[in-house]
Amino acid sequence: MSATGIGAAVRRKEDFRFITGKGQYTDDVVRPGETRAVFVRSPHAHAKIKSIDVAAAKALPGVVAVLTGADLATDKIGNLICGWMIHSKDGTPMKMAPHPALAAGKVNCVGDAVAVVIAETIAQGRDAAEKVAVDYEVLPSVSDPAKAKSGPQIHEIAPKNTIYEWHLGDPKATAAAFAAAKHVTKLDIINNRLVPNAIEPRAALAEYDTGTDNLTLWNTSQNPHVARLVISAFIGMAPEHKLRVIAPDVGGGFGSKIFIYPEEVVCLWASRKVQRPVKWTADRSESFLTDAHGRDHVTHAELALDANGKILALRAKTIANLGAYMSTFSSSVPTYLYGTLLSGQYDIPSIYCEVDAVYTNTAPVDAYRGAGRPEATFVVERLVEVAARQMGIEPAELRRRNFIKTFPHQTPVIMSYDAGDYHASLKKALELADVKGFGKRKREAARHGKLRGLGYSTYIEACGIAPSQAVGSLGCGVGLWESAEVRVNPTGSVEVLTGTHAHGQGHETTFAQLVSERLGIPFENVSIVHGDTDKVQFGMGTYGSRSGAVGMSAIVKALDKIEAKAKKVAAHMLEAAEGDIEFKDGKFTVAGTDKSAAWGDVSLNAYVAHKFAGQELEPGLKETSFYDPTNFTFPAGCHICEVEVDIDTGKTEIVNWTAIDDFGTIINPMIVEGQVHGGIAQGVGQALMEGAVYDKNGQLVTGSMMDYTMPRAHDLPSFHVGLTETKSPSNPLGIKGCGEAGAIAAPAAVINAITDAIGTEDIAMPATANAVWSALQRANPRQAA
Amino acid sequence: MPAVSMTVNGKAVTGDVEARTLLVQFLREHLRLTGTHVGCDTSQCGACVVHVDGIAAKSCTLLALQCEGAKITTIEGLAEPGGALHPMQEAFREHHGLQCGYCTPGMIMAALDIVRRRGNDLDEHTIREQLDGNICRCTGYHNIVKAIAAGAKNMAKGGAPRRAAE
Repeated sequence: MSATGIGAAVRRKEDFRFITGKGQYTDDVVRPGETRAVFVRSPHAHAKIKSIDVAAAKALPGVVAVLTGADLATDKIGNLICGWMIHSKDGTPMKMAPHPALAAGKVNCVGDAVAVVIAETIAQGRDAAEKVAVDYEVLPSVSDPAKAKSGPQIHEIAPKNTIYEWHLGDPKATAAAFAAAKHVTKLDIINNRLVPNAIEPRAALAEYDTGTDNLTLWNTSQNPHVARLVISAFIGMAPEHKLRVIAPDVGGGFGSKIFIYPEEVVCLWASRKVQRPVKWTADRSESFLTDAHGRDHVTHAELALDANGKILALRAKTIANLGAYMSTFSSSVPTYLYGTLLSGQYDIPSIYCEVDAVYTNTAPVDAYRGAGRPEATFVVERLVEVAARQMGIEPAELRRRNFIKTFPHQTPVIMSYDAGDYHASLKKALELADVKGFGKRKREAARHGKLRGLGYSTYIEACGIAPSQAVGSLGCGVGLWESAEVRVNPTGSVEVLTGTHAHGQGHETTFAQLVSERLGIPFENVSIVHGDTDKVQFGMGTYGSRSGAVGMSAIVKALDKIEAKAKKVAAHMLEAAEGDIEFKDGKFTVAGTDKSAAWGDVSLNAYVAHKFAGQELEPGLKETSFYDPTNFTFPAGCHICEVEVDIDTGKTEIVNWTAIDDFGTIINPMIVEGQVHGGIAQGVGQALMEGAVYDKNGQLVTGSMMDYTMPRAHDLPSFHVGLTETKSPSNPLGIKGCGEAGAIAAPAAVINAITDAIGTEDIAMPATANAVWSALQRANPRQAA
Repeated sequence: MPAVSMTVNGKAVTGDVEARTLLVQFLREHLRLTGTHVGCDTSQCGACVVHVDGIAAKSCTLLALQCEGAKITTIEGLAEPGGALHPMQEAFREHHGLQCGYCTPGMIMAALDIVRRRGNDLDEHTIREQLDGNICRCTGYHNIVKAIAAGAKNMAKGGAPRRAAE
């Protein structure tokens, strides 16, 4: 392994601009003549718009325009869409309600945009927005997914607010297994609603060029090409070739910046109307109201086991809240990203899963780090842990009795796991966590009035999203391949244009490590380009832990082509047969001789082209690959959380966190560990303190960081992170991906630990001090004095 | 509109601002110093931390006019004029204390204030407690804590500033 090759903890190239304040995030971009957009938003969860009076707003100084949904409709701008078709059990398609970028006659959640003010400055825009007079007729609303079906109907297309009633698995076989089971564990689980809160708020800067009729959009997007395609083809803003989308530095995404939102659509449209650039940046309060939220499942789950603790079947019935409108990928998250992981690491013969997706008068819900897999893992790992306790079997032992041992393994829920070793991760985690010594630590803690608990989460997930044919057959409207164009310059430096995007993952470094090692050229001589539809022809972006498994595989395929062509060039230069050329460490050699050519000479010759005989070889050294994966990848591992609960306050301290993950091939261990740390932190946040709460009037009570608790440094421990490795057989590098695993594993580990500590299962996330203390009181009612 | 004058990163600046203009807006929009970021609107996240007369302050919670005559240091003012990085900046890169980079300027400025108040020998517990006003969504804080401890130590050594871009 070289100092900058695959497996090296190379320090990041991208850091210099970030640590010196020279990053270029969307709000940092300034265009000449720029105006600012301020949205007028509904204060009601559900209401008819009777009228909008913009006259007073328009008259204020600095106001360039005030536009409404009626104007949008007049200009025939199309609606936002959900791009993944899901069918109900009875075969009917999902009920996708219209979602205009500015409300058309009706608002369906607090924060729904009704009008936009375009002004010279933000201050003038805000003053004017306050003067826009909207006359609402307030309607009754529903925000609780469990009550959606009996609540007031939100969209004409969806009676009982039901989007779809989906299922997966074998109901008959599952029912039979339950009937024969010796032990059944039942749990009612709420997977609490979360607000992603990337620290950079969403932003869009649109510029219409009056000379060329071209539109440019700077946007905080994880996938600029997808944004361009949707905005062009579905929303009809402009032909694709006249719309450029640039996602510059983006300050975190976690899924929330995948989707196409109303704001960028409105900015583009407004820019063309006022013929000046239009910039919008969300306030954090606006982010809370309008960024797609995550999770929000209500589930009843059951596990059937025989007398020896062998799992016979699992079934789950889930209500998934998708909010007021179907966001871009929303339909897929509680279906094909959730139900398909209900086998966990276990050999379960029968599984049946039913998911009803509902509309409520809340913000749209869509993928958020883990997207469906944290929900699945929580169901499976809580069932297994509780079953172990109920049956008196040690939790690690119950897992061992059920682990899948041979691969490939076809689960009853579509996924076929290709490679793994779950015993190995469990064993390593038990050692690293010093589980043997837990009993002693527990007794010691008890002497100080603290309850110690240990919780396991042996998770698996499906990522490296995704094989196009597979997802297409499941309803996805796009293929999920990835592209790479490798450009070798005449002087031998290399630029890789990738269709992935980096918003913290360090691709400028890790992708360069791959190329540098493969071509035997210095790490400094490799540049990675992403995020601009004018530079990268097409790509599907970054989410679903796909950039390594899919993005890097595309680069490998392109490098294969580069090597093949370069050998042809070298053969001409060295006057040898192409088959006799060997390439190693940046040098081309004629086999069995000392005749060689250096990389830089070959690259120059490719462009000078003097030595090419005849017409068979084209000049240039540039190759493209579009890589479509053959399967999902299946990272898996074991997290063990040890907590200490204060009996008097209910406060939970995480005293130790152990994570053993199998991500296949690792490009940069420092970056992989960072991804695990960040994922665990978000999972702990969900388990201990985060929760988006709407009151019965559909008001977002947790509407700022004052009321929505974000994890801070003192809420978290340092993490003990280790790896096992079974390479993925499904891509050339053997990479599985690591971006979401921490968020997938963590919540179950935390809740398993707390329930172990306090001796009751009667607690829901977030397990705040109040929640834990209350659970303790319920479980141990005090005698009256 | 009232005028305001202050020194930012050693340079005297003036501007015409509204009374309600925040310091962070003055820095970002009037002076085009976009290294200081806005991440929230309730003074929680710390992405906007700068130094005002040598003390860390949240620039989203100060009016520009409040800083009349003050000496402001932003993230852009840390590196040497020749480009050599401050040891705390270098420590963040060395220890992978950043991912998306958005919270990073505020983290670094806050870290320097921790050193000012608590010295160069910072333990994990102290750093974690003192970062209450800085939120990161990417890193889980593990490497930020390591970076700050190392940066603080290196500052004491009068750490030789490293080359700017590697």
